[in-house]
Amino acid sequence: MTVVAINGVSKQFKGGTVALRDIDLEIEPGEFVSLIGPSGCGKSTLLRIVGDLIQPSEGRVTVNGKPARKAREDHDYGIVFQDAVLYDWRTVSKNIALPLELAGTPRQERQAKVEQMLELVELQGFGDHHPWQLSGGMQQRVSIARALSFDPALLLMDEPFGALDEMTRERLNMELLKIWAETGSTIVFVTHSISEAVFLSTRVAVMSARPGRISNVIPIDLPQPRGEATREDPHFFELVTDVREALHGSHEQVPS
Amino acid sequence: MSSAPVAVQPLPQGGVARMVGRRARDWIPAILVLVLTLGVWQGGVKAFHVKRFLLPAPSAIWTAFTNNQHALWREGWFTFQEALGGFAIGCGAAVLLAMVVARWRPLGNALMPYAIAANAVPIIAFAPITNAWFNPLTKSSKMAVAAVLCFFPVFVNVVRGLTSVKPQQLELMRSYAVGQLAVFRLVRIPTSLPFLFTSLKVASVLAMIGAIIGEYFGGSLDSLGANIKQDAALFQFEKAWAEILVACILGIGFYLAVALAERLATRWQPPGGFQSE
Ligand SMILES: Nc1ncnc2c1ncn2[C@@H]1O[C@H](COP(=O)(O)OP(=O)(O)OP(=O)(O)O)[C@@H](O)[C@H]1O
Ligand SMILES: [Mg+2]
Repeated sequence: MTVVAINGVSKQFKGGTVALRDIDLEIEPGEFVSLIGPSGCGKSTLLRIVGDLIQPSEGRVTVNGKPARKAREDHDYGIVFQDAVLYDWRTVSKNIALPLELAGTPRQERQAKVEQMLELVELQGFGDHHPWQLSGGMQQRVSIARALSFDPALLLMDEPFGALDEMTRERLNMELLKIWAETGSTIVFVTHSISEAVFLSTRVAVMSARPGRISNVIPIDLPQPRGEATREDPHFFELVTDVREALHGSHEQVPS
Repeated sequence: MSSAPVAVQPLPQGGVARMVGRRARDWIPAILVLVLTLGVWQGGVKAFHVKRFLLPAPSAIWTAFTNNQHALWREGWFTFQEALGGFAIGCGAAVLLAMVVARWRPLGNALMPYAIAANAVPIIAFAPITNAWFNPLTKSSKMAVAAVLCFFPVFVNVVRGLTSVKPQQLELMRSYAVGQLAVFRLVRIPTSLPFLFTSLKVASVLAMIGAIIGEYFGGSLDSLGANIKQDAALFQFEKAWAEILVACILGIGFYLAVALAERLATRWQPPGGFQSE
């Protein structure tokens, strides 16, 4: 069954901004789909609509065959926002444990999971710190750990690695691919990095701006699992070029 | 970079002791001002032979204070109970109403103008009326004045606290599909705590003022306010000043207790709060 089905979705905000127009996209189980496009083209908006955090003006979204609202109520997805969005009064550990707490996971299991997550994002020893004591990138890693903590079958990630240095980013890319392979989850991933999109994804959806539309969908037929060898594969560079050209094309279509 | 945890501020260590320790140094200038003021006051009163009904010397006030200690503290305790009762009632009602208003916005829009109008009622005009409502010799009439004074700042601040939640923090809660009640518990109430305590500190001072104002308009002679009025009428100015001193000490003590509660309840904040960064 299709995990995410976006049919004819448009979004016009109250101020009159048309953020999205006629978006169609179907995402199958186990896919890793990246959204890439110029700033302001509606990537975050599209992710919010899939998560039923805002309503589309037109069209419909189903997640796991259910209306988006039902899927949200069933905790079908985990989300990482563009900003870390941590709760200042909770320690790092308690921020990570929040979804588990809400799901009623027993304390011991929760603690074990939090330890595992802290290790994954390399924040061991920071469990008792409060968000204001962390750097921006560290805060972002906490919010990634929080989204992964409850093993959601669908992950919506909005530039999760945007605030990180290149080394951490590449390592977390690998970790994310590992989790994706192990859990068989489906991932929708927003990024500004062409090489990151190609390296991670099974498909890259290229968006154009004003109004935001999907101008190209490029299948990434690089062999799995991805690794160091992938980055040196000549086909990797061809695909990076394809995505870059698609992006440039979408830029040129912008009238103003 | 990521494997070595670097470049983060250390956790504040040592809690209350550390806080008091740091405060002690911050207080040195204030203490100097106090000593200087008392010195000038004492010297001035002696040098210019200031009449004692205008301003008694600090030493004379201190003598009156030590000679009447027992009675003074009994009166002080009586007044303090009124202040505390009024504080509890006023702040409690304010917090409850603020939560209702934050939950049902239209209700807030309907009530807010009247809350603001009520705040404009001069409390001096209100005090004699509460004496008519309740037996003026009981504590209830003074509690009513203190409660009315405490209500407004707490109400306004808590409404603001409960509604100044970051939209994204609500959005994440929505993604978890949690109910309104849980959003209150998990997000709105923690966000409002710094606002609440700011207003509680204001209210602690207002409560003492309210109780004493109430007593001026007739009250038990077990209370500070009634005694200040009476002693001034009987030309016992030193004792009146000693009573004012007791009121100050209790007011400051009350304020500090609330400030300590604030520090304990909002330990997650950086020392000094987010605003002062
Ligand atoms: N709540 C809102 N109200 C009004 N307009 C909005 C709102 N959110 C977004 N927009 C507008 O919608 C458009 C798309 O915004 P969106 O945040 O989805 O862009 P984006 O592709 O995520 O950009 P970036 O890459 O910079 O994060 C922008 O023009 C923005 O001004
Ligand atoms: Mg965005």
